[in-house]
Amino acid sequence: MLSPEEVEHIARLARLHLSPEERERFAQQLSTVLDHAAALAEVNVEGIPPTATVLPVHSVMRADDTPEHGLTREEALRNAPQTDGAFFIVPATLGDEE
Amino acid sequence: MLHTLTVHAARDLLRRRACSAVELAQAFLERIAALNPHLNAYITVTPEEALRMAREADARIAAGEDTPLLGVPIAIKDVLSTRGVRTTAGSRILANYVPTWDATAVAKLRALGAVFLGKLNCDEFAMGSSTEHSAFGPTRNPWDVSRVPGGSSGGSSAAVAADLCCAALGTDTGGSIRQPAALCNVTGLKNTYGRVSRYGLIAFASSLDTVGALTKDVLDAAIMLRAMEGADTCDATSVDAPPIDVDAIAAQLPELDGVRVGVPEEYFVEGMQPDVERAVRAAIAHLADLGAHLVPVHLPHTHLGLPAYYIIAPAEASANLARFDGVKYGLRVPSNDLVDMYRRTRGEGFGAEVKRRIMLGTYALSAGYYDAYYIRAQKVRTLIKRDFDQAFERVDVIAAPVSPTTAFPIGERTNDPWQMYLADVFTLPASLAGVCAISIPCGFDSQGLPIGLQLIGPAFGEQRVLSVARAYQLTTDFHLRKPALTQEP
Repeated sequence: MLSPEEVEHIARLARLHLSPEERERFAQQLSTVLDHAAALAEVNVEGIPPTATVLPVHSVMRADDTPEHGLTREEALRNAPQTDGAFFIVPATLGDEE
Repeated sequence: MLHTLTVHAARDLLRRRACSAVELAQAFLERIAALNPHLNAYITVTPEEALRMAREADARIAAGEDTPLLGVPIAIKDVLSTRGVRTTAGSRILANYVPTWDATAVAKLRALGAVFLGKLNCDEFAMGSSTEHSAFGPTRNPWDVSRVPGGSSGGSSAAVAADLCCAALGTDTGGSIRQPAALCNVTGLKNTYGRVSRYGLIAFASSLDTVGALTKDVLDAAIMLRAMEGADTCDATSVDAPPIDVDAIAAQLPELDGVRVGVPEEYFVEGMQPDVERAVRAAIAHLADLGAHLVPVHLPHTHLGLPAYYIIAPAEASANLARFDGVKYGLRVPSNDLVDMYRRTRGEGFGAEVKRRIMLGTYALSAGYYDAYYIRAQKVRTLIKRDFDQAFERVDVIAAPVSPTTAFPIGERTNDPWQMYLADVFTLPASLAGVCAISIPCGFDSQGLPIGLQLIGPAFGEQRVLSVARAYQLTTDFHLRKPALTQEP
């Protein structure tokens, strides 16, 4: 069973704010899923490669690097919650003092 | 009764000038206005856009043009980007997001002259099996409005079942086209991974996500796949396969001589609803009556599909959904501190199921657990894929149930995530293996609720799967039955 502290640690890694009630409920619900995932530990997977993609694809170079029309600045900013018309605006990430 | 038309029947009428694209669009818009308040299948209806596209289609028809979708009213699951039309992914965090480009699948339909009616409800970011995890309220099953339509493409299945469109786009990551199709008595094809471009699909689990259609019959499923398939430079995982031969599906005879149908006993488990097992076994017997040769096959790792999927898909989701940070698009909950802004935006913007999966995925990818959970799940995925590879050395298609139960009551499983996940136990393995599978109507339970038959084919085996499904529909009428709700004028 995950503790509320472990749940809060994961929530921080995931950049999620959870209410105390959510922390408690998720601790129980996530533990249930992880208990079922224990079935995976009982399988012999020695020598079995992991499947990351089902396609027989490998990294390839693009045929040619052709410049194409992309988004205009106006289009790129259209859905942003806060802009000054030229840039995305975010809270300050560095202090004023330094 | 224009609203009952399939895609191919609508095209026949339009080609003969028996009706115009505008008349057709108006018939659907009126029906949506009458029924959508009860069903909540559409999040956004776009009457002006639909009529503008219909007028353009009529002009192209008048000029002598002919395409498989010209003037045909289609609706689109709200996880696929539509240029200039709000695309929410069923989430509060994208409630006001208006894409500046079309998904490739959408762009292809647009180029063929399809008429877009609007955007369909779904579980938030396609995570769910009931469409109850939508920030815009649950969709109701047209066969019983107290029950779920399945999910995550539940708006799509309800809209097709209630004749609120000719066909609908959906997406299937672990069963999200097939399970709602089964619960609403419509046809749903999950294409082979990579066959249709994912560009413009709001990503959930990138190694599993597929774009496809829910339709009124198998011929329409072939037409829709033919319209959307093919490699796309905007999606490095999309591939070209020999195109679907729609004429061959149309010309399919009601016989299956020489076709080898695999029957996996692992898909008939204790705890499944007896009516479902009865109907699916009867459907398999029907395939044999048509000349198919039934072959017992074993898919011994089937039971590991559920735990493997619920590690891999949340892991990929936790990475994909990192982009929703309140900066470039979507909701922002203000704060003076950047990380606090991220956490509050995501905490308020995402619903409970999305948060659960982000948490689960973050845990599975975190230091100390990565090998035990994520890598191990990927190795089990290899075993599941090998099960299918071996089975398809001996059979052409595999026949199985889609869902262990028929549609369940709204609210029954929302507080018990594992019970909800069990709804996908028969659809997850094909998703993990990346193969194709179709869900077609095959009967009803004692309460009159629909049951689906799943026909699974190898990677890029859609032609064979569609031809077997077509033979079944030529000799049965389950797919033609309509819910009582929609028999009203």
